Amino acid sequence: MLPQIKRKPKLAVWKFASCSGCQLSLLDCEDDLLSVAGAVEIANLPEVSRTMAKGPYDISLVEGSITTPAALEHVQEVRHNSKYVVTIGACAMSGGIQALRNFKDVREFTRIVYAQPEYISTLEKSTPISDHIKVDYELAGCPVSKEQLIEVISALITGRTPEIPTSSLCLECKRRGVVCVMSAHGTPCLGPVTRAGCGALCPSYNRGCYGCYGPKERANTASLSKHWSQLGATEEQIVRVFRGCNANAAPFKKESEAHEHH
Amino acid sequence: MVNLLLENGDLVVIEQSDFQQLLDVLAERTYQVVGPTIRDSAIIYDEMTSYTKLPIGWTDVQGKGTYRLKRREDDALFGYTVGPHSWKKYLHPPVSYLWRTNTTADGFQVTTAIEEPPKLAFIGVRACELQAIAAQDQVFLQGRFVDADYKARRENIFVVAVNCVQAGGTCFCASLKTGPKATSGFDLALTEVLTGTNHYFLVEIGSSAGADVMQAVTHQPASPAQIEAAEALVEATTQQMGRTLEPLDLKELLYNSYEHPQWDELGERCLGCGSCTMVCPTCFCTTTHDTIDVTGETTAHSKKWDSCFTMTFSYIHGGNVRTPLRSRYRQWLMHKFATWLDQFGRSGCVGCGRCITWCPAYIDITEEIRAIQESTNKQEEKIGGKL
Repeated sequence: MLPQIKRKPKLAVWKFASCSGCQLSLLDCEDDLLSVAGAVEIANLPEVSRTMAKGPYDISLVEGSITTPAALEHVQEVRHNSKYVVTIGACAMSGGIQALRNFKDVREFTRIVYAQPEYISTLEKSTPISDHIKVDYELAGCPVSKEQLIEVISALITGRTPEIPTSSLCLECKRRGVVCVMSAHGTPCLGPVTRAGCGALCPSYNRGCYGCYGPKERANTASLSKHWSQLGATEEQIVRVFRGCNANAAPFKKESEAHEHH
Repeated sequence: MVNLLLENGDLVVIEQSDFQQLLDVLAERTYQVVGPTIRDSAIIYDEMTSYTKLPIGWTDVQGKGTYRLKRREDDALFGYTVGPHSWKKYLHPPVSYLWRTNTTADGFQVTTAIEEPPKLAFIGVRACELQAIAAQDQVFLQGRFVDADYKARRENIFVVAVNCVQAGGTCFCASLKTGPKATSGFDLALTEVLTGTNHYFLVEIGSSAGADVMQAVTHQPASPAQIEAAEALVEATTQQMGRTLEPLDLKELLYNSYEHPQWDELGERCLGCGSCTMVCPTCFCTTTHDTIDVTGETTAHSKKWDSCFTMTFSYIHGGNVRTPLRSRYRQWLMHKFATWLDQFGRSGCVGCGRCITWCPAYIDITEEIRAIQESTNKQEEKIGGKL
């Protein structure tokens, strides 16, 4: 629990390799944003203001993955200056879509993309924040859910453990009464191996889940791939589906690699 | 026409053309009518005021992990079996609030959140589903701790059952003697008869409330031929079950099969997604959750459907007691067919087949049980041979 201090807890947002969509989820909190703004001092929010209050910070929300030597150093500083570090989103949690580089040679990419690749200072792999520093809580999703964001901020302010589900998306579909797109339509869906949290957004619009919340607890990806094959998915399609914004998350990485060279 | 006073057990006939009257009479008695209707290519349960919202002329084709709607060659109102929803969504809602708190000057105030439940009339409750409601009644209403929310909802419903005149691909109620005919727990039970130009419902009165409603709907006494026609249809359904399951000695067999290799095999296939438990009409487990606003001024304590397939479900101090999928699947199946019998004196499975149809890993509970039964029989033969 945060110490009983008279001043408001300081909340800072730090951006690493990402699209900023997760920190924008904070602005997306609408009515709750006012309560958050009332309950904490927003010390750093790069998408909103260049003003940055000095640390230490009570809560640091970290979005993005580590892709450069500079980021490697900066993230250590963030940890050093923060009481709680909460990572927000798929990039910070597993390496993001930019972790596709992990399956290839990044130097080749820089040679193709940049006229003078020698100016590019980048790491071979895109890695999650938790590979480098101790992380207190991780929020999944691309982007994160605003409900979960409020939940974790509220929990840290009031001194309780945030409740973040790690079970499957199927539970959310069923609780909402959403008809299973896989059984009823034959649409391949990653729901059975993906974490709940989005409120079954895609299946409620008759789309298969594409796994933006990353692997659920004990994800049995091998069994699901088998079912996808039975629904007509090719090996290449299976590789691609597990190589989304959570490509580097261990169970998804393992599964895509298992289907790569067949 | 002289309308004699109807009584429990009476059999009458209503014509298809008068069916809407039933919904209208229920609405007049302030019931909100809920029944089967098509949404997103499946037959689900939802509110309706007109019988035309029923899946008229549709049927479902169900198999392992698959469900498809198909046109019928007739205009039957109830020519299908059970879909992804069950009535538990009304009696035991997926999420409900138990109590809320507000911070006050000298502490906090608690208010119970149980609201006046809706007065619902269920249309088209199948025999297996009546058995499932009876199973949940035992869970929530018996013993020292009665679930007040369930009780209030349960007391407020009117049940129009429908006897199945066709079985689904994953149905096995006949094996468990839980269908296809509704035997108790209904206010009215219909059997739809559609032959040539005849389209009528044989109605069995199951309660005084049912008699009262039926009194207001145009009906005639049932003729012996009409009764016979309806009975023949239900009897034929018994022979059409898409699945079978031998319940004899199953409990003992399972208790002696804790280390059966079939569980390992299941652990490989099971996704641990919990879909089977969500669609199961008897599964009753919940977890509780507190929603607290950012400032901590107000809280809401809710319960929501949980599943024995999640890691938090069996989490106790120090860790989870059922980590591998094999043990979670075993726990679920054992509860349905063995421990439920010891707990409640009946099976926890009603043979509706939902867990087969909606399993994204194509697991068929009847096949799994058969595999255990057959391997055990073989073993016994072997031992017998040696003697």
